Amino acid sequence: MKILIKNGRVIDPKSGMDAVSDVYIVAGKIVAIGAQPDRFQANHIIDAKGLVVCPGLVDISVRLREPGLEYKATLESEMRAAVAGGVTSLACPPDTDPPLDEPGLVEMLKHRAKSLNQAHVYPIGALTQGLQGDRLTEMAELFDAGCVAFGQSDKQLLDSRVLMRAMQYASTFNFSVWLRPEDAGISNSGVAHDGEVATRLGLPAIPVCAETVAISNIVLIARETGARVHLSKVSSAEGVAMVRAAKQQGLPVTCDVAVNYIHLSEMDVSFFDSNCHLVPPLRGISDRDALRVGLKDGTIDVVCSDHSPVDEDAKLLPFGESEAGAIGLELLLSLILKWATEMKIPLVVALAKITSESAKILGVEAGHLSLGVAADLCIFDPDQYWKVEAASLKSQGKNTPFLGMELQGKVKYTLANGILVYED
Amino acid sequence: MSNNPQLNKGGELQHLLTTEGLPAPILLNILDTAESFVGVPERDIKKVPLLRGKSIFNLFFEPSTRTRTTFEIAAKRLSADVVNLNIASSSQSKGETLLDTVNNLSAMHADMFIVRHSQSGAAHLIARHVKPEIHVINAGDGRHAHPTQALLDMFTIRRYKRDFHNLCVAIVGDILHSRVARSQIHALTTLGVPEVRVISPKTLLPTKVDRLGVRVFHDMAKGLKDVDVLLMLRLQNERMLGARLPSAEEYFKYYGLTQEKLARAKHDAIVMHPGPMNRGIEIDSAVADGKQSVISQQVTFGIAVRMAAMTILAGN
Repeated sequence: MKILIKNGRVIDPKSGMDAVSDVYIVAGKIVAIGAQPDRFQANHIIDAKGLVVCPGLVDISVRLREPGLEYKATLESEMRAAVAGGVTSLACPPDTDPPLDEPGLVEMLKHRAKSLNQAHVYPIGALTQGLQGDRLTEMAELFDAGCVAFGQSDKQLLDSRVLMRAMQYASTFNFSVWLRPEDAGISNSGVAHDGEVATRLGLPAIPVCAETVAISNIVLIARETGARVHLSKVSSAEGVAMVRAAKQQGLPVTCDVAVNYIHLSEMDVSFFDSNCHLVPPLRGISDRDALRVGLKDGTIDVVCSDHSPVDEDAKLLPFGESEAGAIGLELLLSLILKWATEMKIPLVVALAKITSESAKILGVEAGHLSLGVAADLCIFDPDQYWKVEAASLKSQGKNTPFLGMELQGKVKYTLANGILVYED
Repeated sequence: MSNNPQLNKGGELQHLLTTEGLPAPILLNILDTAESFVGVPERDIKKVPLLRGKSIFNLFFEPSTRTRTTFEIAAKRLSADVVNLNIASSSQSKGETLLDTVNNLSAMHADMFIVRHSQSGAAHLIARHVKPEIHVINAGDGRHAHPTQALLDMFTIRRYKRDFHNLCVAIVGDILHSRVARSQIHALTTLGVPEVRVISPKTLLPTKVDRLGVRVFHDMAKGLKDVDVLLMLRLQNERMLGARLPSAEEYFKYYGLTQEKLARAKHDAIVMHPGPMNRGIEIDSAVADGKQSVISQQVTFGIAVRMAAMTILAGN
């Protein structure tokens, strides 16, 4: 199969390319950008005039809900959502049922995902057995089975000794440890940011120090053990400042922010909107602004969707009883473009946050357009508006704070391994 | 969702969920209407036929005797049919969701739901999902709001102090967990009380509570100086377990209302409490039963205020 994508604005964040050009694909791989290779006869031509052609997006936190939570979503439904959002590589956290703590489970998930032939799936293995926080998982075995890193998802490690041992053991093999910084004792049963809105609505609150105390612990243990640490879903201005300081000290720390947090704040909870019930909680406006700046200056390495499909009934409950989480696979691109436009950031720089930089965090070969690599591509119209509606979202979950809103930037085609897996 | 979910398109009260965001004329209308109901129990026939043929459902997802009873009496004095449901002990334990329960009851042609729930926002959720002809009154949701309690407090204050515009009102106790305090604060500031104080240890105060328009005090002696109205709050025993307070004894010593501390307030200050009281913890018996206490009058006025709220909602 030979595919020609012609006249598109080709953007490759890794090389810095941003020019109108043609992309030539043979047998699932990019063989040329620009000049037509010899004896190339396209079987299929995609006219990308007025469209952006960029690497398939790499989303480092996507809940596929398999195994065990198929009533919320299935691999089939979420893979359709992924490619509809231009995402061709994704990492899934271990908080399935059972959690991804055994090589057999990971192999089965990889196998199921591969047979669907859409986005590439990179599981994050559980750091502790059952995510229970007391016994380590067989990390080396899990790595061989396909895990790219190890973490606890939103389940907190209560015992600092276990945290230290886990980081020590992981660093033996140079595995990356992913942690969402939250001191469970401080956050307790809180459901909203400890600020004006929680005070007004009478919602049990989570103070910022729940995050900063945990970052401080993690960073100190990372320094002690030499472990590579990735901090997931940093949510506060103070948290960003601490990550910045750790990086300035030369510690091997990276971090991400989930895309909702660079646009929303506690104010969006409004009158108890359960679609804004997220973990960590949406924080103050000054926190949101610090996240936007931290992402721009590189303190925050990448953006994830933190895609979390939740069934409708679990959201139709009083705020504190509703299940936390929002979907994001199909909104990630538009919301990054929105941030880039508002912050006056060039497209080629913004897209790095969801392509080349994300692939670097995962340590996988993806997120760039070099010759000879798998033709994973996202082709989108940067000017087209679309309305976020339950009926048009492919994900089984419809839970997003952006429901009913118009967003800019529409995916038109997605290719994975040179196969057209989505067409608008 | 940014527009006020309590008001209909004409700006009239559709649901009574919180005192926050309600214009003063709406609050005053409830108080004025309540005045006309105060005398009803003294008549030969203790009923008025205003809600005859209406079905009012008391939906209590959290145990309550006092509030449920006052709503029941209020509804009956208005000649409505009242159904009491203690949901904590029935369908919720069988797995039925909150909205399923509400939908089932709507199908029985309810006209009004009186809702109490342990979660903040429960009444908002129900109000958002009921048919447009059904009205919802929040009888207490989590820590969020308890508007009829706050309105009966306002009614009581007006009865004794007449004008809101020259008062200093102190709310004393566990502000953090109190839906009553939040509703009182919004009602007092809306009705033009120039100084609203909260007096509490830091562990029982929510973050940025000053943004609600109150002055914060940690010292009872200072906070009660020249106060016209004292609104005491109930202290739950479990606050000692959550490491918020060391002991009931220490709390009483520093934040319990005694005659001695009350002497700091104006000589004609009134003392109120939403009940049920913990005597010897937040309030001394001598004060609770003393001549400045209007606590039992609050209960009486509570029925009139709830009658007023129901009547106004049913008419909108």
